[in-house]
Amino acid sequence: MTAAIPSTALVDSDATAKGRTGRLGRMDQRAGIARARLARPWTSLLAVVLAILWTIPTFGLLLTSFRPRSEIRTSGWWTFLQNPETTLDNYTEVLFGSGTQFSTFFVNSVVITIPAVVIPISLALLAAYAFAWIDFKGRNILFVAVFALQVVPIQVTLIPLLTQYVQWGLSGSFWTIWLSHSIFALPLAIFLLHNFMKDIPKSLVEAARVDGAGHVTIFFRVLLPLLTPAIASFAIFQFLWVWNDLLVALTFAGGSPDVAPLTVRVAELAGTRGAQWHVLSAGAFIAMIVPLVVFLMLQRFFVRGLLAGSVKG
Amino acid sequence: MDWLINAGSTGHKFVLMFVAIMLFVVVMGAILLAVDRPKRVPGWVVAAAFLGPTVIGLGFGLVYPGLRTVWGSLLDSKGKDYVGLENYVRVFSEDQFQTVLRNTLMWVILVPLLATLIGLVYAVLVDRTRFEYLAKTLIFLPMAISMVGAGIIWKFVYEFRPDQPGVNQIGILNQLLVWLGLPPQQFLLSEPANTLFLIAVMIWIQTGFAMTVLSAAIKAIPDDIVEAARLDGLHGTKMFRFITVPSIRPALVVVVTTIAMGTLKVFDIVRTMTGGNFGTSVVANEFYVQSFRIRDLGLGAALAVILFVLVIPLVIYNVRQLRIAEEIR
Repeated sequence: MTAAIPSTALVDSDATAKGRTGRLGRMDQRAGIARARLARPWTSLLAVVLAILWTIPTFGLLLTSFRPRSEIRTSGWWTFLQNPETTLDNYTEVLFGSGTQFSTFFVNSVVITIPAVVIPISLALLAAYAFAWIDFKGRNILFVAVFALQVVPIQVTLIPLLTQYVQWGLSGSFWTIWLSHSIFALPLAIFLLHNFMKDIPKSLVEAARVDGAGHVTIFFRVLLPLLTPAIASFAIFQFLWVWNDLLVALTFAGGSPDVAPLTVRVAELAGTRGAQWHVLSAGAFIAMIVPLVVFLMLQRFFVRGLLAGSVKG
Repeated sequence: MDWLINAGSTGHKFVLMFVAIMLFVVVMGAILLAVDRPKRVPGWVVAAAFLGPTVIGLGFGLVYPGLRTVWGSLLDSKGKDYVGLENYVRVFSEDQFQTVLRNTLMWVILVPLLATLIGLVYAVLVDRTRFEYLAKTLIFLPMAISMVGAGIIWKFVYEFRPDQPGVNQIGILNQLLVWLGLPPQQFLLSEPANTLFLIAVMIWIQTGFAMTVLSAAIKAIPDDIVEAARLDGLHGTKMFRFITVPSIRPALVVVVTTIAMGTLKVFDIVRTMTGGNFGTSVVANEFYVQSFRIRDLGLGAALAVILFVLVIPLVIYNVRQLRIAEEIR
């Protein structure tokens, strides 16, 4: 609204100053502006309705997770105002109850996620640097090959990898998940970071080289500080992807409480205790809270990564 | 050795995590130190040091398993005897898999189109309004939630209670039906509508992505174009149709194909909400069922390869469109 008014006013005065009527007559133009102003509240209303529609499902489950078990079973969450009773029992039961053990699975999620974010980003940075700033034979072919590997769906790799891990005696350990997530992230990470790295002016790198800096020095001293925003945005990407992953964890960790992350546990509960909404709702929100906080705090970076990823490649 | 593989207690897990990261740092550090002598080390050695771990990882984790699976799709259920294209014939002829293919088709057509359409309309609606930031965050929020979490959120929306006196609905959608005087529905059980209700969840998640990318593209349309169109008398829907949509065509292509690729591979939603029962399975879910539950390795591999084949044209189209867009620029 605020932005629309000056621009239409400008058009108006422009037209009178030059005595130009354009394709529309003056009256028509006025009518057009009036219509635009009238239309604005309706479009705003539509936008608000959509935003509410998008939020209600999550809000309903969140409210439910704080209601007593008996209430959840017998009435909908929208009756909350008639009978506002809240409790933290659901969360206590889910986190520490022996039947659900969410605290254990929460730890697993953290332990899985940190290396699965740090390792692929480090590897991808080195690889992207090599593709961008080191001359060697077959560079372009190799880069295209790495880029093309984005095509491979994870599903295609699971069974052979699992067989291999069993042979190595690694099956059912964190190593299999760390390794798999790291590898799966590499093609996209290399591609994105390479795009950012290419944007850094050549003269900067060359100046450092003239000063006698080797590749490692250039990488850490010159490039790394400039790349921090790009690294942050991909790190958030990878964090959300690993934390929210079900397929990889299910395949390599099974349901074992020693390794399996929260998503696996929540999915299990949805299967076995589908009607117990007090457990499910609280469980779902425990699994969601970390990615939601990260997302809300670092939304700016996340969006930047998204735009670089989708608009460039 | 066992200490490094099996971690039972919380402390042990964190120590193990720390060990893993340190191991990685030490190995990478050693490699880098070895090559960081300017002028004395030839370029290809440095390149090998920087790229080696990545190439080995990709070869081990993507290339070899991919080829192995393509081969595996030509073997029998135990992965031993060669059976030619038998697995593929089964997928394309048996009734059970016909449903799976039909559902996958519905997913991959409806999700990208509807998510992009809603995302686009929404991006235009909130563009330059006072509550733009908040409105966008609300729509975008489901992107941060796992598909498992989203599945549970929507399972609750669809929750059904039998229509008897004294029984209240606890799912909002059925309550709305009851308020309207209609009987409550088993949304997730009645075939084939249940697939549509699952698809709605994916649209709910992906719209935020479409909106964000398209909103950025809309903001990048030069002001003078918009201004000129306005002088020519374009407003509202006409502006949208003749200026906004053509200007952001490359972004639209990227969004549609990206969402389509993601949709093809998704299985968490189906698994969480129906387990693939009641005729809701899709290729990605059926792959999991065949490979890990029924243990028909050949069939599972064939399904994975089908997924692979379906993704390829999308990626090629996407890359080609980008090339064209870049040439214009």
